[in-house]
Amino acid sequence: MSGTETGYNYAYLDEQTKRMLRRVILKAVAIPGYQVPFGNREMPMPHGWGTGGIQVTASIIGPDDVLKVIDQGADDTTNAVSIRSFFAKTAGVATTTRTEEATIVQTRHRIPEKPLKEGQILVYQVPIPEPLRWLEPRETETRKMHALSEYGIMHVRLYEDIATHGRIATSYDYPVQVNERYIMRPSPIPKFDNPKMDMNPALQLFGAGREKRIYAVPPYTKVKSLDFDDHPFEVQRWDESCALCGATDSFLDEIVTSDRGDRMFVCSDSDYCGDRQAARRKEAAE
Amino acid sequence: MSGLAIEVNGLGKTFRLHTQGDVEIQVFRGLDFAVRFGECVALHGPSGCGKSTLLRALYANYAAGEGSIRVRHRDGWVDMVAAEPRAILDVRRHTMGYVSQFLRVIPRVPALEIVAEPLRVRGVDPADARRHAGDLLARLNIPERLWSLAPATFSGGEQQRVNIARGFIAPMPILLLDEPTAALDATNRAIVAELILERKAAGTAIVGIFHDAEIRNRVCDRTFAIEPFKVAA
Amino acid sequence: MNATDRPLLRVERLTKRYGERFACQDVSFDLWPGEVMGVVGESGSGKTTLLNCLSARLGPDGGRVLYNTRHQGMRDIYETSEAERRLLMRTDWGLVHQNPRDGLRLAVSAGANIGERLMAVGARHYGEIRQAATDWLGRVEIDEARIDDLPRAFSGGMQQRLQIARNLVTRPRIVFMDEPTGGLDVSVQARLLDLLRELVASLGLSVVVVTHDLAVVRLLAHRLMVMRQGRVVESGLTDQVLDDPQHAYTQLLVSSVLQA
Repeated sequence: MSGTETGYNYAYLDEQTKRMLRRVILKAVAIPGYQVPFGNREMPMPHGWGTGGIQVTASIIGPDDVLKVIDQGADDTTNAVSIRSFFAKTAGVATTTRTEEATIVQTRHRIPEKPLKEGQILVYQVPIPEPLRWLEPRETETRKMHALSEYGIMHVRLYEDIATHGRIATSYDYPVQVNERYIMRPSPIPKFDNPKMDMNPALQLFGAGREKRIYAVPPYTKVKSLDFDDHPFEVQRWDESCALCGATDSFLDEIVTSDRGDRMFVCSDSDYCGDRQAARRKEAAE
Repeated sequence: MSGLAIEVNGLGKTFRLHTQGDVEIQVFRGLDFAVRFGECVALHGPSGCGKSTLLRALYANYAAGEGSIRVRHRDGWVDMVAAEPRAILDVRRHTMGYVSQFLRVIPRVPALEIVAEPLRVRGVDPADARRHAGDLLARLNIPERLWSLAPATFSGGEQQRVNIARGFIAPMPILLLDEPTAALDATNRAIVAELILERKAAGTAIVGIFHDAEIRNRVCDRTFAIEPFKVAA
Repeated sequence: MNATDRPLLRVERLTKRYGERFACQDVSFDLWPGEVMGVVGESGSGKTTLLNCLSARLGPDGGRVLYNTRHQGMRDIYETSEAERRLLMRTDWGLVHQNPRDGLRLAVSAGANIGERLMAVGARHYGEIRQAATDWLGRVEIDEARIDDLPRAFSGGMQQRLQIARNLVTRPRIVFMDEPTGGLDVSVQARLLDLLRELVASLGLSVVVVTHDLAVVRLLAHRLMVMRQGRVVESGLTDQVLDDPQHAYTQLLVSSVLQA
């Protein structure tokens, strides 16, 4: 474990805390979509930087793991780079930007474009875990509503969307029902990614640091996006294709390239886009 | 139908005014009388002897303190003194109509609806009920332009005619009438007398207070005299 | 035996204490389908406590509240599970608060306020929910064009009518009302009362309405209970209790009303 920081426990957190977190995660896996409270620890970075996801990762990571960290689909943003180097230093793990090589992918706001496999774990950073919060601020009441499956107000929100915009305009953090039971916030991923959660072979873990909640979607679990019979769930589509790799099936970011308002669309998933560009170059060279 | 409609036994009424030094006002006591279907009985006696009080007790608007008021209702009898509220309401809905001296105005509700309501609560189609109400109001000389207005602003005579229409619209087997012609001119008095006679001919048992001797003589078969109660010294 | 052979609500010796003080003592009555019962009394008479106990929001210290459920007959509402109770409250029961802001969701549109109970029991067709909301706005005399407006833009009377529509959309069998016309202007009160009268009659609703306003019960209620210091001092037909009150307190109450 060359390059590992000394003076800290493995993966920064003490063993007691990691055991507590693992128990919480086991419970979360046992009750898909249910928010399990946990004892949040101070991390050497502010809330909003993914302290919930980092604590989850710290409690499950081992020396043999290969870690990928993305922020809005990119591996090279400050946040992603910091977290990757944090675990390289404290846990001595190998890191990667390639989705297929990773055993753990910690993510903020995206699910990778390449399909995940069995054995992989996707760790989401969650700012606000409670889907019912928008209409019901009382925690005691929202817990009761979850317990009794009183989810009518989730559709009230979608109703308001259609009444205002003529369609369901919610495009991020789009609520889902897990395993036909709990309503869950998928964190601010685009609804484009929602279908990827459904029956995914990988384990999906969600950590909210400030709110002290962990929840999970076990492999091969039904995840249904809420909708109306006459306004079915739909994902975003683009008329454009990626300006760099030509992909027509990925989530595109719009980038303004000049003061004159020129713009281009590129894949938000930098790993996926990079692979496609390499393949194109190879094809062109042959 | 010529059987008994109302049978009153030992009826007594005393008002006890707790807010005025517990004064007791005994109005009547030990009244016995019966009314058959198809007859009209006038309550008679000097002013203040309790004619209106008796009429209200028959309708259970006042609580009689003693005795019984048996009323033929559906296939049985209901004692208006002792029955549960919902039984009394059922009697009022299907058996016993009451035309009070004054119309109790319901805010905002048009005259036509007020008149049609007793039919509607018996399950008559609202459009039929309204048509029927219109016929009756027309017969009582209430101009059509008033039908859609709430009667709060009507004259006394117009209000009373609305009240009469409301009381007569449903084919009640028993009718209680408290001075139905008091505020009416001769033409309308005659129309009300006709209405009463029609009802009587149809077998309705009628108990009423009629100050107007001409009307009384025309519609009533007999009178029932209430003995003025002598206050014990 | 069909549903009308049995009371919808049976209250047996209901008692609620706050410390040493009885807020509500030995209250018993049956409420039958289609019956409107008024509960009158001055502030502190226990009428609001009674309403809270009846509507499953405040557990009594003694006695029972039995409700004739659609499928299981008479059930003590405080012995049913919380899940069953809450389901009843948003389907079979309605609750109209004195202050419409307590009964409405102010942050969502009028249409969504009406549609919420439908969505809560599984309605998943936007067009049908919206149609139901439109129909109910019409029934409570609110312009359909206001369907997407927030209730805070409504007048007090409109808010109260919206609250009523929101409750009635699931066709409840019983509605509890706490001073439904309180805080409204007199002319607005009259309109609301008339509307309530019409809705209650056409839907065959059973209602328990708590108020200190005798004019409200005169127009709405078939039966009346007069409460004082937590006890029922007099009850009976509404017009009989008001026109020929027997109990000293009722006589005082009736004689204290200013005649318009």
